[in-house]
Amino acid sequence: MSSFLSSSIGKKLIMSLSGLFLVLFLLVHLILNSFLMFDSTGELFNAGAHFMAMPVIRFGLQPVLFGGFIVHIIYAIILTLQNQKARPQKYASQNLGNSSTWSSRNMFVLGGLVLVFIAMHLMHFFVPIQIQGNVHDDYQLVKNLFTNGSTGLVYTGLYVVGAILLGLHLAHGFWSAFQSIGMSNIIWRARLERAGYIYAIIISGGFIIIPLYLHFFA
Amino acid sequence: MADKVIKELTIKVWRQKNAKTAGKFETYKINDISGGTSFLEMLDILNEQLINDGQEPIAFDHDCREGICGMCSLFINGRAHGPDDDITTCQLHMRKFKEGETITIEPWRAGAFPVIKDLIVDRTAFEKVLQAGGYISVNTGGVPDGNAIPISQDDAEEAMDAAACIGCGACVATCKNSSAMLFVSAKVSHLAKLPQGRVEASRRAKNMVAKMDELGFGNCTNTGACEVECPKGISIANIARLNREFLAAKIKD
Repeated sequence: MSSFLSSSIGKKLIMSLSGLFLVLFLLVHLILNSFLMFDSTGELFNAGAHFMAMPVIRFGLQPVLFGGFIVHIIYAIILTLQNQKARPQKYASQNLGNSSTWSSRNMFVLGGLVLVFIAMHLMHFFVPIQIQGNVHDDYQLVKNLFTNGSTGLVYTGLYVVGAILLGLHLAHGFWSAFQSIGMSNIIWRARLERAGYIYAIIISGGFIIIPLYLHFFA
Repeated sequence: MADKVIKELTIKVWRQKNAKTAGKFETYKINDISGGTSFLEMLDILNEQLINDGQEPIAFDHDCREGICGMCSLFINGRAHGPDDDITTCQLHMRKFKEGETITIEPWRAGAFPVIKDLIVDRTAFEKVLQAGGYISVNTGGVPDGNAIPISQDDAEEAMDAAACIGCGACVATCKNSSAMLFVSAKVSHLAKLPQGRVEASRRAKNMVAKMDELGFGNCTNTGACEVECPKGISIANIARLNREFLAAKIKD
């Protein structure tokens, strides 16, 4: 087992599985967030937020989610460091533009930027709601962030940028996870890549529309 | 029709005395190159010029010069085997370059492929990976025995496509991670698809991957650049198969 986890393919399996787990989480997150747009009284979203704060989810699933993030990040760092070391002398000129996509070559940078976004995002919502516990109306908290006079537009913009970065990360990550597990071949590759793009557009588009809706229409 | 002649080219090439010394780029001018000249012939002409000027000729790998031996390499203008698809450097023609262009030539760059001299790199790492399991160690008989085993057309074609790998190293050279996964997956796949190779498939996948990791190749991130630059068009579907073979073999342990 130790030789499996230290092998290149073993480490990539861990990246894939943790990645797919986070991919699933994003869908749940987006569905809950979409409640923000369907009920302007906030009752629907508050009910959803309340449900997610149940002890079984908060103390059962949340640590698993954080674990998923941590594993994904740690293995990304290990793999990237090894990859950096594999080419001690760099090329003077390297033209990769016509052989691979930009997002596939910049997964670590994109992931890092998404992590910065997530840190800010946790400060906005997770810390006041779940750690300080002084929020009574979750809907108002979200709405205020995006509509507050001077800063509302800035945060709306930041969340849109965060969603775009996440979309680019998913555009390569989704199909790549299946490839690393070995669940791909000549036929399925095109299907998985297409599914990945569609998934990236749904997730990223959803997370772009919600702050824009709250800023301009709520 | 006579070929177009390129009047002047600037060749910026990596010169390195041996594995121990640090190398640097040197720039040379070359004149009146016909578009039908192959890239290696252009280097031959340049070397004649260098010898006549009393300089050391540029060392580069080559052998068959018809795209099947896997000896020629070269990273030309930022691309493995230069600016054309599905060819090796020896099959690249000078008509692909523009009048007055500066052509940058570098050796394959990867920790596992150290430079020996100028543009020649040591690709023994590939041989070591093959020695770890890229063979069939049982007697599989002669041609009649081979023909007596029914193999589906699809499997035979896929095995042959993977077997087209000439081991030139363009995949490693192109990969942003210097990963050898395309090479190893091709060598695992062409045997894994056939009954004769199936017997040792698990052991082969484990040993070859272990050797690949040990030799300091990077980890595959599925960018797909390798299959685009591969002169034989080996598909990264083989990498998915290698992942499958390896994971299945490890689960059995």
